[in-house]
Amino acid sequence: MNLADHLPALQVAVPLLTAPLVILLRAGFLAWLTALVASLASLGLAILLTVAVLETGTQEYYVGGWEPPYGIALSVDGLSALVLLLITGASSLALAGGRQSLRLDIDNRRAPMFYGAWLIAMAGLCGIAVTGDAFNVFVFMEISSLATYILIAAGRDRRALSAVFKYLIIGTIGATFYLIGVGFIYMMTGTLNFADMALRLDDVIETRPVIIAAGFITIGLALKAAIFPLHIWLPRAYTYAPNAVTVFIAACSTKVAIYVLLRFNFTVFHGNLLGHSDLFSVFIIPLALSGILLASAIAIYQGNVKKMLAFSSVAQIGYIALAAGLASQAGLMAALLHMFNHALAKGTLFLCVLAFILTSRSAIITDLHGIGRRMPWTMAAFVLAGLSLIGVPGTAGFISKWYLIVAVMEVPGWGVPLVMAIIASSLMAVVYLWKFIEAAYYGEPPPGGDTAALEVTLPLRALIWVAALSNVYFGLFPQLPLALAQSGTGTLLGGLN
Amino acid sequence: MKLLGLFNYWVFAVLLMIGLFALISRQNLIKKIMALAIFQSAVFLFFITMSKIENGTAPIIQAGVDNQIFSNPLPQVLILTAIVVGISTTALGLAIAVRLYEEYGTIEDNEILALDRSA
Repeated sequence: MNLADHLPALQVAVPLLTAPLVILLRAGFLAWLTALVASLASLGLAILLTVAVLETGTQEYYVGGWEPPYGIALSVDGLSALVLLLITGASSLALAGGRQSLRLDIDNRRAPMFYGAWLIAMAGLCGIAVTGDAFNVFVFMEISSLATYILIAAGRDRRALSAVFKYLIIGTIGATFYLIGVGFIYMMTGTLNFADMALRLDDVIETRPVIIAAGFITIGLALKAAIFPLHIWLPRAYTYAPNAVTVFIAACSTKVAIYVLLRFNFTVFHGNLLGHSDLFSVFIIPLALSGILLASAIAIYQGNVKKMLAFSSVAQIGYIALAAGLASQAGLMAALLHMFNHALAKGTLFLCVLAFILTSRSAIITDLHGIGRRMPWTMAAFVLAGLSLIGVPGTAGFISKWYLIVAVMEVPGWGVPLVMAIIASSLMAVVYLWKFIEAAYYGEPPPGGDTAALEVTLPLRALIWVAALSNVYFGLFPQLPLALAQSGTGTLLGGLN
Repeated sequence: MKLLGLFNYWVFAVLLMIGLFALISRQNLIKKIMALAIFQSAVFLFFITMSKIENGTAPIIQAGVDNQIFSNPLPQVLILTAIVVGISTTALGLAIAVRLYEEYGTIEDNEILALDRSA
């Protein structure tokens, strides 16, 4: 028995089994350390899996040795590997950088429970990425969502409670819609395995229930992924969550919902269901476009830097959805790359915001005037990640914007207007980021405020810079995300094309 | 009789809509959670209905009985899991409602929003 054969199962098992262990620990520090070690171990597993996928292709794993369609299959391809790297990377980054901030936000007494919930959330998200079974996805989705609600509500800000209640209601509606869709498909095909569904859909003569299923699944997952205008839970949840939690969930949780959306709409429906591609495009592209334009515009008017970045996330999800909605090979490439690159940029930005809040105890932009002069290192990292978010050449964001524009230009007749919308939104990103950067560098500090130099501890600063420089690294050497996106696009569209 | 034959599915659709409507229209958090429970139960009913066939029994092989008609047990197993998920969601929702009441002194959504705005 070789341990390397069990990587897909270990990816879920390690955090899931460490979680109860963490809860048993008394002291906050030990609990944090154990959670960090488990998170780093998961990152290591994700890297091993990525290497395996790049070398030998899709990794299949049959739980308990039962072959599908009877047993549950785990299947990790390039796309899953990409998402796994995002989840475990974001979790490790947020845990490593969030120690001081979490000590302020979470009662020491409750800290073990909090870190337990953190690991369960991560296990659930990893589970979604590795499984090849539609009902498994539902269960893991609810595991991760329930744990995420706890993480968001765990802070001291009471506004987080009403935000999380809204998230709970909307998230449950989304998951239930997904379940209804899975039910309809099971009715028509008699299977829950993604690959098997795709095969059996060909034989389904009465396709109307399947079209309805596609509708339920797409809308349910769009709710979870916060595709405009189904994003209403997102800004408040991101804003009032503990800062380290925001770093974690902003980088990966909506991406995982988009991952399932792509998995279902492409692996299962695309090419097997007559007329589905057109319906999908017609539904998703207008929503994505309005998200790109309106959410960016709303971000400009936010006075709270976390809320500003949250609305920017809604716009960025719009880019991903737009690229996916094109339903072409180039479009999917762009969507997968942007998932990766946006997570890099947004993770770094929220980590910088965490550092600002750690020293100045406020997320309101007017309170943060002059913070750039007091924290030059952190602010420079913020600017770097901001450039990546805008899509300046030399940063990771440029790569995915470039692929997106190339994909959009392929659309007959609509290429130029779509490119205009993307550029308009990028310019709005310049505006809202500049609003904060200007205040931070040139703004007058609030009356009575300190002006002394004020930096976070060296390890946190180093971590912020590692995150910021990864934005540049993947902008100059994008081979890894490109290879994974290529492999992911291949499996999504089926076969060799 | 086709309409009556789909009776269970009608119940599913009506319950689902009752739940969704109440979720949107009620301001009281407890009522919202109740609506969520109705909404989820409708889906449970949908899964159970689709697995049941007339005169079908549990899939147990008995000695001396041939031509037994079985109902598909898989959707029932799935729903067992979904019920557990539903209970956890309800419990967490109620816990958050309790915390909201401690912090704001009300469980009306619009009053909580008003308190947030005035603060």
